[in-house]
Amino acid sequence: MGEVWGQEGGCWGDTPGWIRHGYAGREAPCAFGCVWMGRAGSSRGTGRGMPGWTRAGPGTAGRVKIRRDWGLGRDAGTGRGGASRTRALGSPRPCGVAHGRAAGPLALARDLLAEDGEPFFVLNSDVICEFPFAALARFHRQHGGEGSLVVTRVEEPAKYGVVVCEADTGRICRFVEKPRVFVSNKINAGLYIFSPGILQRIQLRPTSIEKEIFPAMAQDGQLYAMELQGFWMDIGQPKDFLTGMCMYLQALRAQHPEKLHSGPGVVGNVLVDPSAKIGANCVIGPNVTIGAGVVVEDGVRIKRCTVLEGARIRSHSWLESCIVGWSCSVGQWVRMENVTVLGEDVIVNDELYLNGANVLPHKSIAESVPEPRIIM
Amino acid sequence: MPLKAVILIGGPQKGTRFRPLSFEVPKPLFPVAGVPMVQHHIEACAKVPGMKEILLMGFYQPNEALSRFLVSAQQEFKVPIRYLQEYAALGTGGGIYHFRDQILSGGAEAFFVLNADVCSEFPLQEMLEFRQQHGDMHSFVILGTTANRTQALNYGCIVANAGTQEVQHYVEKPSTFVSEIINCGIYLFTPAIFQHIGEVFQRNQQELALCPYLGEESSNGWQRAEVIRLEQDVFTALAGSGKLYVYKTDGFWSQIKSAGSAIYASRLYLNQYSKSHPERLAQNKPGGPVIRGNVYIHPTASIDSTAVLGPNVSIGEGVTVGAGVRVRESIVLHGASLHDHTCVLNTIVGWDSTIGRWARVEGTPSDPNPNDPYAKIDSETLFRDGRLTPSITILGCSVTIPAEVVILNSIVLPHKELSRSYKNQIIL
Repeated sequence: MGEVWGQEGGCWGDTPGWIRHGYAGREAPCAFGCVWMGRAGSSRGTGRGMPGWTRAGPGTAGRVKIRRDWGLGRDAGTGRGGASRTRALGSPRPCGVAHGRAAGPLALARDLLAEDGEPFFVLNSDVICEFPFAALARFHRQHGGEGSLVVTRVEEPAKYGVVVCEADTGRICRFVEKPRVFVSNKINAGLYIFSPGILQRIQLRPTSIEKEIFPAMAQDGQLYAMELQGFWMDIGQPKDFLTGMCMYLQALRAQHPEKLHSGPGVVGNVLVDPSAKIGANCVIGPNVTIGAGVVVEDGVRIKRCTVLEGARIRSHSWLESCIVGWSCSVGQWVRMENVTVLGEDVIVNDELYLNGANVLPHKSIAESVPEPRIIM
Repeated sequence: MPLKAVILIGGPQKGTRFRPLSFEVPKPLFPVAGVPMVQHHIEACAKVPGMKEILLMGFYQPNEALSRFLVSAQQEFKVPIRYLQEYAALGTGGGIYHFRDQILSGGAEAFFVLNADVCSEFPLQEMLEFRQQHGDMHSFVILGTTANRTQALNYGCIVANAGTQEVQHYVEKPSTFVSEIINCGIYLFTPAIFQHIGEVFQRNQQELALCPYLGEESSNGWQRAEVIRLEQDVFTALAGSGKLYVYKTDGFWSQIKSAGSAIYASRLYLNQYSKSHPERLAQNKPGGPVIRGNVYIHPTASIDSTAVLGPNVSIGEGVTVGAGVRVRESIVLHGASLHDHTCVLNTIVGWDSTIGRWARVEGTPSDPNPNDPYAKIDSETLFRDGRLTPSITILGCSVTIPAEVVILNSIVLPHKELSRSYKNQIIL
């Protein structure tokens, strides 16, 4: 089976993309890291070692930096995870970086993708789920069409693009963007597998897979949908990222409970990197992920948060529904709540109150933020 | 020279801005820097040589708290202290006029009159010496201080002759700028003052006789002739007569009208303690809590060694402070209990209240501009533009705050048991 192709696309609602490009290490305590780990793991589940690809879009230095952390450079390098080889592909010019225009880069990589004639996966990295690579591969071979995508059932399909397909074969008839009346409750989950033939359809220009390529393929009867089992979440927004993290931890509890943290002061599903240190008299959880090298001092209470690598939470602070970025320092007696997001290397002084603050990287916060706002 | 002092303590109808704290205890007994507000006055008066008696005057009904306080104050300061209850609110002048015989009994040659709701260095001895130098044995002295031009309009304004310090003009709360020198509410009188007050009383009676209709208001807005205000009725008339002088002080001074100003006054008195009562200031000790700045801790309070207190914190009798607690710019009244990891900032925690673990209770200070040496604390209105003005958070008596919530800029009435976070609210 072919390669894993990871798509880094899109903006994150109002929030700049700086927070999304994170990977918290091999054990992936942050759900985002789990996304990558999950891909590699599930891909390995197909029984073959696979080279993997990622596309680095132009412009965002942060992305390239992260890839270097993984052992990837702008040149071909060796990724982690052993059997997977990941390459970063830089585009010489914009060919579809903004959300939903990822087809262009596929055209760029035409030669590499079509190399061995095998089908290849394309993933939207803004989603989290159980990544059924093996089942998707089987499904794709069975119907023999040009492409397959994964759909999932949601409660409010009108927020997304809805997929209408034949019940028995899964062949997709049409797509409807944000329908005003109920059409179907299945939406595009952002996981695709394509046969190399699809590359004939894509020209080297900004192209949206969903808006231009798929409708044409559906008309030709070449696109099929497989329903996803288990949880799914679009983690583009910080609020949804935290919800997705909770879902992921819940699935982890069902499948690999030994990976979750337990001990005094741990409540519910909590994932803690082995190199993290947690102080005395803390109460951590439910639904907390703590990254590598994080230090949590004494008397801290954390609920429903992601704490990224290298951050430090000083004593007696209280955090609920927050994302604490890499290498942040949160002072003593700080209270953070209501989807407060701290970018990389933010310092929060002692005794402050942050309510829904979105703080851009490298800022120092010296005053409380009692009502939600963005700090630049 | 035999002296007396009269401390005007008002009554329940006054000091309403101090609610809900004044529901439990008369405002003059509210603890500021660890001791009742009016005890600072009594201590200053008792120190003046020749002080024969201190009279507390007001229209509170006799109550246990007041009686107990009087007994213990007498014992501590070794000077007779009595409470004279006005039969009605008689104004700042009417009360002393009514009780003039009591004040003058025992041959007092001069007496101080002090408002209870001020915080001051009380330069009483200096006022006596000033009067000897500038006036004569029959002169009256007002203690004055400097305010900035905008805030002076909120007080009584005094225009004085630069050389003699004689008061030439006095206006109470003018609408346009008159003077930066304001009335501190602390006076030095002689028996002759009663003659002037008596004249006002006569005038009031005549006016009332002329206006028999109940609907019409007399010049002082009251129906009673005996209600006399020193400031509007007496000082305004005495200005320019050569009998009234102002002694200007640069020492600290502030009104205590609201809860926010009680915390500010606490800070001023706690600063003074380093000279006057160093034993009242907590020190950093091994095994004790971390103390920053000036902190008062009652000897019966129990504080965990990992707590960090101060600056400007007063901890009352029997209070428990748990592990990892942070208290700053706050007053914690007696019997209150702060559980582990709480953070209490700019708050008054009421008697016997409880704050649960990891809770954050925070107010907004209304301190005067620190860059302006003459700025005074503002008397903010409770609401502005339809919203509650951010102010000190007040927890009334026996309030329960659950764990892990935030209470911000709110006033919680007594005996309330909260179940969630609140911001910018009055919780009934």
